[in-house]
Amino acid sequence: MSSHNESVNEHRWVMVVDVDKCTGCGACITACYAENNIPIVGEEEIQKGRHMGWVRIERYWEGEYPNIRARFLPIMCQQCGEAPCEPVCPVFATYHSATEHINIQVYNRCVGTRFCANNCPYITRVFNWYDPVFPEPLHEQLNPDVTVRSRGIMEKCTFCIQRIRQVEEDAKSEGRPIEDGEVQPACVQACPTEALVFGDLNDPNSKVARLAQSRRAFRLLEDLGTEPAVIYLKGGDAHVV
Amino acid sequence: MSSDRKHVQELAHLEQELKASDLLLDRRSREEMNYEVMHAMERISLGWLLAAFVLGGLVFLGLGLAWAYQIKWGLGVAGINRPVFWGVYIANFVFWIGISHAGTLISAILRSVGAEWRRPITRAAEAMTVFALIVAGIYPLLHMGRTWRFYWMLPMPNQRVIWPNFRSPLMWDMMAIITYLTGSMIFLYLPLIPDLAMVRDHSKTKLRKRLFQVLSLGWRGTEPEWKHLHVAMTIFTFIIIPVAASVHTIVSWDFAMSNVPGWKSTIFGPYFVVGAIYSGVGALGVVLVLVRKFMGFQYYLRDQHFDNIGKIMLTMTFFWTYFWFNGYLTEWYGAETALDFLREFMTYRGGAAPLFYGMLVTNILIPISLLWSRAGRTTPWTLALAGISINVGMYLERYIIVPVTLSRNRFPFMWGHYVPSPVEVLISIGSLSLFILLYVLLSRVVPLISVWEIQEGQVMHVIRRVGQTLVPGVIHWHKAE
Repeated sequence: MSSHNESVNEHRWVMVVDVDKCTGCGACITACYAENNIPIVGEEEIQKGRHMGWVRIERYWEGEYPNIRARFLPIMCQQCGEAPCEPVCPVFATYHSATEHINIQVYNRCVGTRFCANNCPYITRVFNWYDPVFPEPLHEQLNPDVTVRSRGIMEKCTFCIQRIRQVEEDAKSEGRPIEDGEVQPACVQACPTEALVFGDLNDPNSKVARLAQSRRAFRLLEDLGTEPAVIYLKGGDAHVV
Repeated sequence: MSSDRKHVQELAHLEQELKASDLLLDRRSREEMNYEVMHAMERISLGWLLAAFVLGGLVFLGLGLAWAYQIKWGLGVAGINRPVFWGVYIANFVFWIGISHAGTLISAILRSVGAEWRRPITRAAEAMTVFALIVAGIYPLLHMGRTWRFYWMLPMPNQRVIWPNFRSPLMWDMMAIITYLTGSMIFLYLPLIPDLAMVRDHSKTKLRKRLFQVLSLGWRGTEPEWKHLHVAMTIFTFIIIPVAASVHTIVSWDFAMSNVPGWKSTIFGPYFVVGAIYSGVGALGVVLVLVRKFMGFQYYLRDQHFDNIGKIMLTMTFFWTYFWFNGYLTEWYGAETALDFLREFMTYRGGAAPLFYGMLVTNILIPISLLWSRAGRTTPWTLALAGISINVGMYLERYIIVPVTLSRNRFPFMWGHYVPSPVEVLISIGSLSLFILLYVLLSRVVPLISVWEIQEGQVMHVIRRVGQTLVPGVIHWHKAE
C-alpha cells in the first residue's frame, strides 16, 4: 500500500468497518474507554468539544421525512501509511512503527504542540486538556497494560497495540503463526453486529483481505494520499432508523 | 537696492523653509542635542513611574499568575478544543513576529538604500523588533501542553538519544526565531555603542557612569573604531534583510506545509512577509507618534518622517490587498468543498463574518482614506489612527487564519466553536503590557533617537548657495575613506 511496507514484519494490520452493518449503538466507544483508560470528562467539557473518546460515530441523515434513514460512520485513527501527523511533530512523539505499520504515539515524548492534531484530516486525535480523573470505583478497573496519560499531551487510537503485542508474543513463544481473528481490538470485540473486523491484510486467507476486495470498499478522503489502514464498506441498502 | 534687500529676505525665507523641511539641514550644536536627549532620558516623572507600575502589574497578572494557573491545571483553562487546537496564543505569536518585522527590516532596507531621512527613526524601530520578538518568543512556550519540557525541542545531546525532528516546520520556526533574535539584538546594539559612550560621558551619578562604561565597551571614538563600526553595520544590514524575510516565510510554513484547508496555500510565504511588514510599519508609526509626544522629540521627528512612514504604510496597504485578494480568489476559484464551508462561515451572515468584514475595513478602507493625503500622513493622530487600524486589521487576519479556519473542516460532524477564555485574554493583555513596559523602561536607559547618526547626517548635509538660490547639498565622506 505504501512505501513503509518494505520492512521486517510480515503483518499489515488493518480494520474493516462495514457501514451498512453499523447500528450506531456505541458499544465500540464504551469498550475503547474501558480498555484504554480514557478519562471521562463530563457533559460540560463535551459541549466544549473536548470529549476524549478515540472512536466517534458520526451520524448522518439521508433523504427527506418520512423516507429518512440514518447512516452511522465510526471514525477512529486511520493509521495512515503516509500520515500527515508524523512529519510535523518536532520531538518524534508520533512516528511510524516499522513492525506494526501503525502510527505510534509516545506519550512520554509529547510536549503538546498539537500540530499533529491540526494536520490530521480525519480529526481523530484527542488532547489531554486536564489531568485525567477516574472517580471511584472507576479507578479500580484501569487497564494495567495501558499508560494513564497526564495533562498536556496528545493521544489517539492505537489499534489496541497492547493486544497486538500480546498475541504476537504468545504466538512466538508457542512457535506458531498468528491465527486470523486472534487479535481483536476492544472495539472489534464489542461490536454486536460484527461491523468491525480486524486482521492481517498480508494474509490472503484472512477475513479482512477478503473484505478489502469487496466492490463496496473505500477509504476516507482517499484523494489526500494518506493511505489509511481503515477500510470502509458501503453500498448495500441497509436501513437503520 | 531695494530689490537686493528683497532678494536677501527671500533667501532667508527659503533657508528657513529648507531647514523646516529637513532635520538634517536644521543643524544644532552637538552639546545642545546631547543635553536635550540626556534630559529626556534621565527625567523620571510621576507619570512614568505610574505607567511602569501599572504595566508591571499587568505583566505579573497575565504572564505571571494567569500562566501559572494554566500550567497548574492544564490547557483546558484556555478556550481551545477539538478541532480548534490552536487559538489566540498562535494568533498572538504570528502578530508579534509581524510587529518585529518593521523594525529591523525597515531600518536595514533604509540603511542599505541610503535613505537619509531614516536617521532619527532607526533606533526606535530596531528596539521594537527586539521587544516584539521577545514577546513573540514567549508564545510557543505558553501554547505547549507541557511547557516544562520545552527544551526537548532544542537540538542538544541528551540521555534520551533523540534528536529533534527537522522535518517539522516547528523546528525550522524555532531556529529562525533564535537566529533573528540574535541578529536583531546585535543590529540594535552596534549603532547604539557611540550613543552609550555619549551617555557615559554625560552621566552624573557614579552608578550610571559605571553601567554605561560597561555597555559602551570602552568606545573612545577613534578613527579605527568608527571604521570597524561602519563595516560591521554594513555587514549586518545585508545579513538581516534575508533573515527577516525568511523568518516570516517560515512562520507561514507552520500553516502552509499542513494539510488543513485554508492553510495549505502556496502564496502564504510572501503574503505573510508583506502582512508582517504592513503591521510592523503601522506599529512603528504609532510608536513614533508616542515617542515624540512623551519624550518631547518634536525637533527630531518631523512632518517629513511621518509623511514617509505614511507613504510606506500606504504602499504596504496596496501590497497586502493584492496578496490577500490573490490568495482568496484562487482558493475560491478552486471550489474545494471544505473551503466552501469556511467561506460560508466567514462571509454573508456566517458567524465569523464580522471578523472578516472588519478585517477588510480596518486593513484597506481606513488606512487608504487616512493616508491618501499629505495632511493625513503628517498629522500625528491620523497617522497613529491608521497604524492602530492596520494592527487591528492584521490581528483579525491572524485570528481568521488560526482559530476561525480550524473551526471548519472536511467533517461537518467535527466543526467547532472557539471563544477565547479569560485566561487567554489576561495572557494576551500581559504580553502587550510587556512590550510597552520594555519600551517604557528602555526610554530611560538609552537614547531612543540615534544621536550620533543625526549629527553625522547634519555634518554631511549643507545648504549651498548656487547662483541666485539655495539648494541642499550632500558631502559624500565615505568616498574619502
